[in-house]
Amino acid sequence: MSRMTLQQKLAILSDAAKYDASCASSGGEKRDSKQGGLGSSGGSGICHAYTPDGRCISLLKILMTNFCIFDCAYCINRVSSNVERARFSVDEVVTLTLEFYRRNYIEGLFLSSGIIRSPDQTMSDMVRIARTLRETHNFRGYIHLKTIPDAAPELIREAGLWADRLSINVELPLDGSVRKFAPEKRPETIRTVMAQVRLEGEAAKDKTHTGRKAQRFAPAGQSTQMIVGADGADDVAILSSATRLYTGYRLRRVYYSAFSPIPDASAALPLVKPPLMREHRLYQADWLLRFYGFSAAEIATGTQKGHLDLDIDPKLAWALQHRGQFPLDVNRASREMLLRVPGFGVRIVDKIIAARRDRTLRFEDLTHMGALMKKARPFVSLPGWTPRGLIDSTNLRARFAPPPEQLSLL
Amino acid sequence: MTYSITLPERNTLSAWRDAARRAISHRIAPGDIDWNGEGSLFAAGPLPDSSGPHEARVPPAFLKLAGSVIWHASPDRFAMLYEALWRLDRQKGDPLSQADPLGRKLYLMAKSVGRDIHKMHAFVRFRELPGGQRRSFAAWFEPEHHTLEPGSAFFVKRFGDMDWLIATPRLTARFEDGRLSFAPGSARPDLPEDASEALWATYFTNIFNPARIKLNAMRSEMPKKYWKNLPETRLIPDMLADAEARVARMREAGATKPRTGAATVTARYRAAMPQADDIPTTLGEAREAALQCRRCNLCEAATQTVWGEGTPHAQSMIVGEQPGDREDLEGRPFIGPAGQLLRTIMAETGNEPASVWMTNAVKHFKFTPRGKQRLHKNPDKGEIDRCRWWLGLELSFIRPRMTIALGASAAFALTGDDRALAARRGTIETGLHGGPVLISWHPAYILRLRNPQQQAEARHELSADLRKLAMHHPPPADHIMSA
Repeated sequence: MSRMTLQQKLAILSDAAKYDASCASSGGEKRDSKQGGLGSSGGSGICHAYTPDGRCISLLKILMTNFCIFDCAYCINRVSSNVERARFSVDEVVTLTLEFYRRNYIEGLFLSSGIIRSPDQTMSDMVRIARTLRETHNFRGYIHLKTIPDAAPELIREAGLWADRLSINVELPLDGSVRKFAPEKRPETIRTVMAQVRLEGEAAKDKTHTGRKAQRFAPAGQSTQMIVGADGADDVAILSSATRLYTGYRLRRVYYSAFSPIPDASAALPLVKPPLMREHRLYQADWLLRFYGFSAAEIATGTQKGHLDLDIDPKLAWALQHRGQFPLDVNRASREMLLRVPGFGVRIVDKIIAARRDRTLRFEDLTHMGALMKKARPFVSLPGWTPRGLIDSTNLRARFAPPPEQLSLL
Repeated sequence: MTYSITLPERNTLSAWRDAARRAISHRIAPGDIDWNGEGSLFAAGPLPDSSGPHEARVPPAFLKLAGSVIWHASPDRFAMLYEALWRLDRQKGDPLSQADPLGRKLYLMAKSVGRDIHKMHAFVRFRELPGGQRRSFAAWFEPEHHTLEPGSAFFVKRFGDMDWLIATPRLTARFEDGRLSFAPGSARPDLPEDASEALWATYFTNIFNPARIKLNAMRSEMPKKYWKNLPETRLIPDMLADAEARVARMREAGATKPRTGAATVTARYRAAMPQADDIPTTLGEAREAALQCRRCNLCEAATQTVWGEGTPHAQSMIVGEQPGDREDLEGRPFIGPAGQLLRTIMAETGNEPASVWMTNAVKHFKFTPRGKQRLHKNPDKGEIDRCRWWLGLELSFIRPRMTIALGASAAFALTGDDRALAARRGTIETGLHGGPVLISWHPAYILRLRNPQQQAEARHELSADLRKLAMHHPPPADHIMSA
């Protein structure tokens, strides 16, 4: 076999990495290169480019290698796949990261890997890359390391020392599906790693009893990814699982990735069109969980047989099932209730609350603030507007749902 | 119009502030100032040299807004800001509110400037220049507004160890040996080819998933007006043209034959994974098997099995209900608030943690998520029944002379009797395993009691019971009992 060029390896190992949805480079500690070194981070991350799949490029997202001894049915890099294999050296990953960074293509590195030889061996190689960037090159940009399932706790600890964020993918929302489609992974050890990352992160924030700061640990926290549509889990199951992950392990994000056909597919999974709308609705529901005070059980009341309505957003679906709580008096309602009005986002609600301290808000004021009044109209009342019977009208859902599509002629 | 002002290209904000402060001090009305100094049909002169008697006070929010709006490309921005200042001073409405037409316009301008700065940080693409001690890079960028000056601080912070230059039509920013300077703008410079751009193109093409095209999402975040200076956007048409064919090929290819030898690799890995023994023959084997327990559904939500802890040759055993939030995360029993209370009372009553075996009736945490908390839920009888297998194994390997049941769930697990606890507390019953079981309170119950007197009483009772337990394991020779 002839030696591969860096370019050939990059093609293979970025192609292999694209099924990971995460690209966040936000949060974490504030750093810059004013006292030396290269790079800065902290605050909200920057998306440096967008590909036609609508996903942003913020980090250099690559695999260290796509050789893998696991056989996860949904993964292009599983051992039984015939895909071309490659492996980066430590220096190659370091050079690519630094050179891309210097040209302002990226915010940093998101390194994942297939599992070679053993989980510990793989994790320690990845940790070495992060350490080289930090120690040898004084790199102060963002580093996201994927933690390898079943790697030793000491390696996870060292990973947290160099990385801004750690993540480990739960992959599928139900333990049974993980065992079925990823027979070498164990859901309980994945959760144990998440628990460790949470505890280490909390310990790093606390000062020790001597007042000395504990060792740094992944200041931008941890995240995970669930594949949607590969198993039979419904949306309520997915959101309940996400809720447990958020409360149990203080995840910053749960990413939902519509299962998308891969070249060299396994017979175990269908080659269907990725359910992009379902993925979108799940993200909306996830926002309701994190920023709007909804619980998974509440969102479930707006679903149909456990699935989110694909035609309307989950907040509207919930509101249509709870019309008795509307219309709301915008000038009096609590923040919690305003957040439940379809068409009102967190920012609008905060603006409303700030503005109504001084005066009574009118319908036009909300339009000026940028609230989506077309959507919110049936659910609010304020000077200049009363919805009258609109909230109870039977065709309220039809006003928002897209018109039924006519079947196309052959 | 009476006054005419010309503001400089750079340090525009402080120049505008000086002029506006002077103008408002003479109460010069907005209509009397031409901020773009182009002159008019009427004779226009400069502002008076010295300040007038009036002092205007503005909220910090106005200065923040002005700090953004000032970089907007609109020639009206200075006049609009002065209009807002005038109205603030005269207390005519709230020009900082978005409900105000001027306020809304200013807000949108500030937003547009902010976005332009953000996009500059995202879309500047450096190419390396040859030679020099420090590595040196240059970029050409065309911002929508006058954003290079406010946007440069970011590049100073980020690229401290290299020289760089960003040229725009109006202004050039140069960073050399750690110092930032500005020069007038220029035409697009000819930058040398950079080999890393080819690698970047390779990355851009391969990170794209052809099975999910979302063009609108791309265009809204990477507007076309920026495309001409982004090397990667040249690749997009070909990527799109090929996308559908690639997906079709994937679908036609369908599932492929597994690579030869793959099954051997995974089989070897799985064989090395811990396997659960059907009938464990040691305490260690029982623990290994319990870590993989799926006898009930609790394992789906909990983090991990929390196995007992202590000495395998313990004379006595302490059984609680189930692990709590902390125990679940760390994988050790009795380390949460209730566990700490128990350990305190144990120390007071001569129960060394090393001379007992501490465990729970149920080995997984049962909870409901509520907000940011995981609220403890009592295990039901079915769960206790199924988990009794593990408790039975612990009892049979450790063979304690005395076991203490803390709380109703532990009492039920050990005796099969679910009667109320109050009447049974302090008595010794015979467990399902045939040994004696002392019934007592769970420390969490003591923590939950609101009435301090009841709390003290219950704590006292648990102490008394633990003292009884301590009599079953002789203290070490040099151990001094506390009074």
